[in-house]
Amino acid sequence: MFQNRTTYHALKVDRQKCIGCTHCMKICPEEAIRVINGIATIDYERCVDCGYCYRTCPAKAIYVEQDDLNKIKGFKYRVVLFPSVMIGQFPEKYTENHIYSALLKLGFTHVFEVEQPIQILIDSVKEYCHSEKNNKPYISGFCPAIVKLIQLRYPSLIDKLVLRKAPHDLGAHFAIQKLMKKGAKKEEIGLFYVTPCCAKIAAVKSPVVERESVIDGVINMNELYNRVMKIIDDVKITDTQEQREYITSEGILWGLTRGESIHFGDRSMAIDGIHNVIKFLERLENEEVPGVDFLEMRACDQSCAGGIMMTGNRFLTVERLEHRAKRYPDTKDLDLSTLHIDVDRIRQKLVSDKIMPKPVFRFDSDRIKAIGKMNKAQRILCFLPGIDCGACGAPNCHALAEDMVTGKAKMSDCIFIQQRWQNEGKIQAGKAYRNLEKKWGTDRFEADCNKKGKRNEGF
Amino acid sequence: MSFNIEGGNFSRAGYASSEIKKLLKQLNVDPKTIKSIVISLYEAEVNIVAHAYRGIMEVEIDDKKITTRLKDEGPGIPDIGMAMQEGFSTAGKRVREMGFGAGMGLPNIKKNTDEMNIVSTVGVGTELIMVNYF
Repeated sequence: MFQNRTTYHALKVDRQKCIGCTHCMKICPEEAIRVINGIATIDYERCVDCGYCYRTCPAKAIYVEQDDLNKIKGFKYRVVLFPSVMIGQFPEKYTENHIYSALLKLGFTHVFEVEQPIQILIDSVKEYCHSEKNNKPYISGFCPAIVKLIQLRYPSLIDKLVLRKAPHDLGAHFAIQKLMKKGAKKEEIGLFYVTPCCAKIAAVKSPVVERESVIDGVINMNELYNRVMKIIDDVKITDTQEQREYITSEGILWGLTRGESIHFGDRSMAIDGIHNVIKFLERLENEEVPGVDFLEMRACDQSCAGGIMMTGNRFLTVERLEHRAKRYPDTKDLDLSTLHIDVDRIRQKLVSDKIMPKPVFRFDSDRIKAIGKMNKAQRILCFLPGIDCGACGAPNCHALAEDMVTGKAKMSDCIFIQQRWQNEGKIQAGKAYRNLEKKWGTDRFEADCNKKGKRNEGF
Repeated sequence: MSFNIEGGNFSRAGYASSEIKKLLKQLNVDPKTIKSIVISLYEAEVNIVAHAYRGIMEVEIDDKKITTRLKDEGPGIPDIGMAMQEGFSTAGKRVREMGFGAGMGLPNIKKNTDEMNIVSTVGVGTELIMVNYF
């Protein structure tokens, strides 16, 4: 199990593959990436694990760390836990029995989709909203990238976050209870969580909302998808219907946009895409959003169906899941008392710890110094070109000015300033050239018809 | 710092407030204080957009306080005492349909600032000064 030590981030830059093209730096909503010595470098203090850098990288140089699948061998009961969106990516000719059978063939002994029994989570969120009447609109704590975003950038909204855990915790505790009922000992059960989301990985490995995670290992969904696809045509199909008894229509739709918000409050909204969420949180902070009860916010377009490690097309995945949901019963029709599990115990496990703000955007903890730096940054901005070209290795002129006053960049990093100084005779041409070489590497200046970044551009 | 505010253009309303908010976060101001400041700034900004022809927002920040001066060219407020009452509004139908003009602007500013001073000349314009201590 993972202990909560320093914050873990799953996104890593492969220094061999990175071409320093600045795409990731430009798209990062937290301005957390700089190009240093020609290589993208992530400031993990600012990173919220949204994965937009991974998505946009033309060189596939950003990757997501995962656990070794062989780790499952150490357990007698090997449980694979995955969100319903996993099923939605497979071509429809493969039935659920096909997919489940393939997972069993891969070495797992039990297959659990995480969104079951979803009614327990629905009730728990409702109970929270009922007990915290003054914090409307409630903001869902489902998407870990959004929780981090609020911690870092919107501390005044932190009390609006619903302190309830996500379906993977629900599914994990449900699986533990089911297996222990069959005679398994806790330490014999290995829970392996498959996710399309690097923020979920970070949340599992260093939880924001709990001291310790119940998950024993995480597996990237695209990796498992490939493994399943490799064997699925040859696998002997067994009837696994019994393992899906507690899946309901609402659970299947939970990870999709509006899957959560429709359950809570008279007036609820769902916002997907982290840049959309940021625009909305700005409005919320200005108190421009009256009368809303509940906000579902997800970092990815089409929510988890658009997760960065999904293989299938997000829109097809949504369509298939909506179709699948129609075949399943409504959650209201599932009587929790027939489950023979300790529902109260699971309910207790879904309560999160209080979430504390983590302001990382301040210039200085000393206010007088911070004001000095702010004024300096404003003056520097007068000299920068204002075209946000990124040639300095920062995403825009504003960010460069901030880097300069916090000692992370210097005036000559701006190619316009450097050019001006050269013109004014303040810096030698040779020195200016070497500065650029230092920033971007000597290769940048060599003719190369296969230059990466060129090849990957265009239509 | 100063920001120009265009009267009648609601699509830009809130821009100046958001910029100031970003700065206050960088200055490590308490989130609750930021919230009050931003609410009053936003209300004041929207007031100019909704009622005036054009205006300017000037912001001064030192280690203890933020002072904002909003000056507009507009119709002015004939009776400030009346405008300070909750629910009193002169906003037209178009403005109300956009969700503004509920008559909470000035009372809300008063509630969220430590000092507030407003001077207005009918037919010329309005000047509002707000101070919040950190």
